Amino acid sequence: MSAEVGFRPEPFPVAARTALADAQLRRNLGKATTTIRAKRAQVVGELDDWEALREAGRALKERVLRHLDDYLEQLEESVTQAGGHVHWARDAAEANRIVAEIVTGHGEREVVKVKSLTTDETGLNEALAAAGVSAWETDLAELIVQLGRDASSHILVPAIHKSRAEIRELFLRTLDVDELTDEPTELAGAARAHLRRKFLSARVGVSGVNFALADSGTVCVVESEGNGRMCVTLPDVLVSVMGIEKVVPTWRDLEVFLQLLPRSSTGERMNPYTSFWTGVADGDGPQEFHLVLLDNGRTDVLADRIGRQTLNCIRCSACLNVCPVYERTGGHAYRSVYPGPIGAILTPQLQGIDRAGSLPFASTLCGACYEVCPVKIDIPEVLVHLRARVVEHAAGTRPVPGPEALSMRALGWVFADRRRYEAAQRAARAGSVTISRHGRIRRLPGPLAAWTEGRDAPTVARQSFRQWWAARGGAR
Amino acid sequence: MAQRGDGRRPTSVALFATCVADFASPGPARAAVEVLERLGVRVVVPAAQTCCGQPALNSGYPREARSLARRWVRLFEPYEAVVGPSGSCVATVHHHYPRILTGPWRDRARAVAERTWEFTQFVAAFGGDLPLRLDTTVTYHDSCHMLRSLGEAEAPRAVLSRIDGLRLVEMADPDTCCGFGGTFSAKLGEVSGAMGGAKLRQAADTGARELVSADSGCLLHLQARADATGGSARTRHIAELVRDAMQPEASA
Ligand code: SF4
Repeated sequence: MSAEVGFRPEPFPVAARTALADAQLRRNLGKATTTIRAKRAQVVGELDDWEALREAGRALKERVLRHLDDYLEQLEESVTQAGGHVHWARDAAEANRIVAEIVTGHGEREVVKVKSLTTDETGLNEALAAAGVSAWETDLAELIVQLGRDASSHILVPAIHKSRAEIRELFLRTLDVDELTDEPTELAGAARAHLRRKFLSARVGVSGVNFALADSGTVCVVESEGNGRMCVTLPDVLVSVMGIEKVVPTWRDLEVFLQLLPRSSTGERMNPYTSFWTGVADGDGPQEFHLVLLDNGRTDVLADRIGRQTLNCIRCSACLNVCPVYERTGGHAYRSVYPGPIGAILTPQLQGIDRAGSLPFASTLCGACYEVCPVKIDIPEVLVHLRARVVEHAAGTRPVPGPEALSMRALGWVFADRRRYEAAQRAARAGSVTISRHGRIRRLPGPLAAWTEGRDAPTVARQSFRQWWAARGGAR
Repeated sequence: MAQRGDGRRPTSVALFATCVADFASPGPARAAVEVLERLGVRVVVPAAQTCCGQPALNSGYPREARSLARRWVRLFEPYEAVVGPSGSCVATVHHHYPRILTGPWRDRARAVAERTWEFTQFVAAFGGDLPLRLDTTVTYHDSCHMLRSLGEAEAPRAVLSRIDGLRLVEMADPDTCCGFGGTFSAKLGEVSGAMGGAKLRQAADTGARELVSADSGCLLHLQARADATGGSARTRHIAELVRDAMQPEASA
């Protein structure tokens, strides 16, 4: 996100319009999310103890967060003992500098990368480019995004917004191929030929981390394509960057997470490639291993009692796939590497309410995300909590309350008293007559106006419920 | 389905009419009164009630919401039972009050929530001997808060299944949000409209004559969307449907 530093991204409602107007994009998204939703529902349905697993995942994460400092120190010790090097990075810039120094310190000019959100978050590729190092993405979808100078729009499938025809065109333009159909196997073949060359020439690999085990120092990357396995085994030097919340106590905990993650993520019972490595092993795999522990705002999130659960996230992307808002706006509207419901709560907490204050409002609070989240993050609860922080922040930065704050305070005042409330009703009915057109009004009256802005709403009934009740002589 | 209390039918209930009934949609609250009275329950409408505080809470004003929540608890706790024709507003009482209130207020909120029923929950529990008949085909939209915060999907379907002559045809995704979301529909009108459109299309695909739900917010939004786009959809609140399905008193 370093690319964004210096200016405030446009607010979500503005950014969302682009996607809404793009019929092709909406078709691509609708198709992809519907398919993966069905796959997830099926494989989750196979497990009788799914709810117990979710609860176990949540509880484990909660314990990790409660003792995060201890687990991180334990992790540092075990990685070091296993022959690795551990670096602590306070923010994105520090993490990027550490990685760049390791690469240039070996006199290298290129690295191969496993798909990693954390390094997208720090803007590592751009930082490496500035240091004269080319970073090659090896995940197919990530490669598509990189070749198209595009931005990721999904946690797991960064190019979810692209159709096969669009990808074919891109490959013809950017890869060294003359003929290509839009068959998935051919597209993958073209990418593979390109990537092979990189795998064989690059001496440094860079990865993210899905889980890091405090007690053994073992690091785990979960993937589908096998490119990650190449990146973490072929190069001489391996650098892995992880958010500090990715530590888990011990091997046994993976029993829970490796059931939750693939089913939630790709809708598979198990993902094809799960790689583990512990420090360095003589003559086997990279002979130098660095683990970069990134904070970048996470300890601030940890300090927030309600916001904290956001750090449970295992980046499965299930919440994106079920979100009816995401399905229509796409990922780019969130202006962050973390789109969808998780992005709507994580981005404002990492980047600050002042930069991403529109995101907590990018939801109907329908709760579909919470229902599928494998680590039970109550996303609607965090959204509502962050909305209050946005409102507070606005109150603190404005000399006078804004129109919404005023109307909300007024609403509270009206709702707090029966006579004022009934007067508001009378006024609303009187008002509705003057603005009524074709038997309808454009806005709901009184305090409900905010609900109907810009849409037709049925005319207010002439007789209110209270009048009807009073006319019947009903008990009060 | 929620089973609460000692299983005996309360002799009187306080109607939690909701501010949506006062400002926009009085029909469902009226219908609820008529159905409850037919069940032989004495209905009281506490005149001082206003709003449960959900719009304030969801807009980022927890202080205002908390004070409305305390007001609501104080107002409704004297009654034997409370019934509201809105899954969303009842969910606010059940789900949110215990979370936003603290200390003794939390306990008081829990105690009154115990006795607070969403309309179809009450009818499903106590309306077994009410003769109902209506020749129609309907599809049912699960409003999000009723489904996910209150956890209620069965009661409305149980009530619908008791209406002779009525056929329920489910949509492909009855549990997908209709796009209302309170102020969401103002802040993100286009996304909200697109979501409403998708819901209406699914409802139309069932061939049902009416789209029924237990929340006026969703129904106002959907009906407005249908009218604005020239659609022919008809929406009806489930309380009104049940009222219309009641047989004349003599035969009851
Ligand atoms: S918030 Fe939950 S559902 Fe969403 S990506 Fe994270 S773990 Fe998955």
